[in-house]
Amino acid sequence: MKGRNWTGVWLINGTLLLLVIIWSIPTLGLFVSSFRDRFEIQTSGWWTVFPHKEWETVAVLDPKELGLDATGVMAVEGVQGTFEEMREGIASPDGDTRITWVGNRRLGRIEIQQQSWTVNWDFTLDNYKQVLMGTELVITKADGSEEVIPGQDMSQAFLNSLAVAIPSTIIPILIAAFAAYGFAWMKFPGRRMLFILIVGLLVVPLQIALVPILSDYKALGLNGTFLAIWLAHTGFGLALATYLLFNYISTLPRETLESAFIDGASHFTVFTRLILPLSVPALASFAIFQFLWVWNDYLIALVFLGADPNNKVVTQRLADMTGTFGNDWHLLTAGAFVTMLLPLIVFFALQRYFVRGLLAGSVKG
Amino acid sequence: MAQFDRVDESGLSGGAKLLAWLARFVVAVIIPVIAFAVIYAGFIFLRDSDAPSWFITIVAIVWGVGGVAMLYWVFNGIVERLPDQWSQRLQPFVFVGPAIAILVWYLALPVVRTFWLSLFGRDGPPADTNIFQALQSDTFVGIANYAAIFTERLLQESFRNNLMWIIFGSTLSVVFGLVVAWLADRSKFERVSKSLIFLPMAISFVGASVIWNFMYEVAPADQPQIGVLNAIVVAFGGAPHPWDKWVAIAPWNNLFLIIIVVWLQTGFAMVLFSGALKSISEEILEAARVDGANEVQVFLRIMIPSILGTIITVWTTIVIFTLKIFDVVWVMTGGQFGTHVIATQFYRQSFTARNSGFGSAIAIVLLITVIPVLIYNLRQFRQQEAF
Repeated sequence: MKGRNWTGVWLINGTLLLLVIIWSIPTLGLFVSSFRDRFEIQTSGWWTVFPHKEWETVAVLDPKELGLDATGVMAVEGVQGTFEEMREGIASPDGDTRITWVGNRRLGRIEIQQQSWTVNWDFTLDNYKQVLMGTELVITKADGSEEVIPGQDMSQAFLNSLAVAIPSTIIPILIAAFAAYGFAWMKFPGRRMLFILIVGLLVVPLQIALVPILSDYKALGLNGTFLAIWLAHTGFGLALATYLLFNYISTLPRETLESAFIDGASHFTVFTRLILPLSVPALASFAIFQFLWVWNDYLIALVFLGADPNNKVVTQRLADMTGTFGNDWHLLTAGAFVTMLLPLIVFFALQRYFVRGLLAGSVKG
Repeated sequence: MAQFDRVDESGLSGGAKLLAWLARFVVAVIIPVIAFAVIYAGFIFLRDSDAPSWFITIVAIVWGVGGVAMLYWVFNGIVERLPDQWSQRLQPFVFVGPAIAILVWYLALPVVRTFWLSLFGRDGPPADTNIFQALQSDTFVGIANYAAIFTERLLQESFRNNLMWIIFGSTLSVVFGLVVAWLADRSKFERVSKSLIFLPMAISFVGASVIWNFMYEVAPADQPQIGVLNAIVVAFGGAPHPWDKWVAIAPWNNLFLIIIVVWLQTGFAMVLFSGALKSISEEILEAARVDGANEVQVFLRIMIPSILGTIITVWTTIVIFTLKIFDVVWVMTGGQFGTHVIATQFYRQSFTARNSGFGSAIAIVLLITVIPVLIYNLRQFRQQEAF
């Protein structure tokens, strides 16, 4: 019985470990690669930073000196093979060494290689420098030639993302908190109808609004400004924010509020002095969700911030980079990690709020 | 809560009632309008200044957030200084009005406006015409856009792909989420393993696309593979392929895009399932074990049925989510190689091809597909007695 339990524990932890490894490999590969030299990235897998066995040349022989005839079967160091076989590499019978012909038939050389444990630890911060700063960087074109182009200046995009995300988080929460209080603690005609409107709008896909809002923005000359995207995120996030904050605020203990009203406090005072401080958990959860949503958003930025390179946010800049230099992994991996940095900090620092916020916000339209 | 602000309007005359409603409407609309105007003016000023960008950024943030907060304060102050009766009538609209006005502008009206646009050709209804003139114009095409959606080959392809997204994306996320939740629940490493599975939720779709592009990276067969998937395949003697861009296996190359979202969404499913599993009473599980059920039977016969409600919720959420999937496809393949979905077609038609009529029709179809959920939400809400 005890033995069976142990196998069970091993089975459970083993499967779990396997899943966790599978889930982590993609991110780990990106993270490791972003610190690797750009030639290394192109020529060896990122997993070679872990200890592994690699063929290493220990001696070089000249076939001419050995008097070998490359057109027939040759014998070197105890192995036999034709030129074609040698070019592929022939392992010695004990498997420790390998004979490889390098170069062409007439001018080539023979290398004797042995397997040894190595790690490819040629780490560098150059990729980040190139991606973040405005300095020049080298990209490889499809035909293998290289080109020097201006830097990606992702630090500007990072600032833009902050400028977009902070107001796009605070403004809707502020407006929604006022509305949630109004719905929860004030009586007015049309209250029920208006709240039903909000519930109905919860799942409406935002695609429905892009074309009309874009034409409004054109008429107002707002296209490509931060104000445009703040308002858009406010509009698209407001239904959910109001709904969630209402659910929280309406369950606050009524005795607290009643005594405040008896003391002669106005609605505004109760709201700012009492309700807002009491609602911090709900506000924080939603703030994290909204912040990540805005930070990670691509579609709304694409439509409303448009093509002005000075205003682009990190997701846009990264998507542009995948289009322009799809194979320059030293830039893409570092760029991707720059976009992920802030969300990951939030994730590790505020995990509980983070989880709660994402769960609450998952129904967003 | 009802006692606080009972507004008795039965004694009012018709004229006064009308006036009250007019004032409420004005309050609701005027706050956002003034807020907008003030912030807008500040923005034009900022745009034309040549201060360093970080400075402009900070000023913009303070200006935008502070402006909105100030307006609530100012308007509340004004309304509170009115005679009591008017103050009581109008104050709720200071609180609720701006939210409603913004929602109407950004979501409610666009539903109608997009539907209207979807009845016209690529340039929309002719400018400066009233409804009746627009309906008689050449550009009025009626339901032709909708007919095109269901007959054009590329659109049919996107519907098929979206169906694959919905079926495989939601099923795999739910299954993996359940398995991880169940395993983690009986492991000592619950916290750390759940954290690591949940971590991809923090990553943007664009970032995830780069990550998985790198996973699927393909090099010619005679060179070392730097993408994980191809390296594994080659190590087992297979040939390298550009997985998600592999047209020969279409439509199954979509699965390689779907995996990305499964990777992102499993953490979400896991957290919800984990909570639900923990709430099953230990006594029931123990009773089943005493009766001789093994762990797998307990899982399938007792746990799954008891958390069925959560499973359905998670499933629906991921279905809605995959229905609108855009970023992953757009960044990974741009819709090439037979991977277009409804949302990428919407973007392509509306903003690349600039065919607003057709694009709007696609958006309306997207809306129609979520209507069942919308109705369900409203019914749930109406059952809440509290409101």
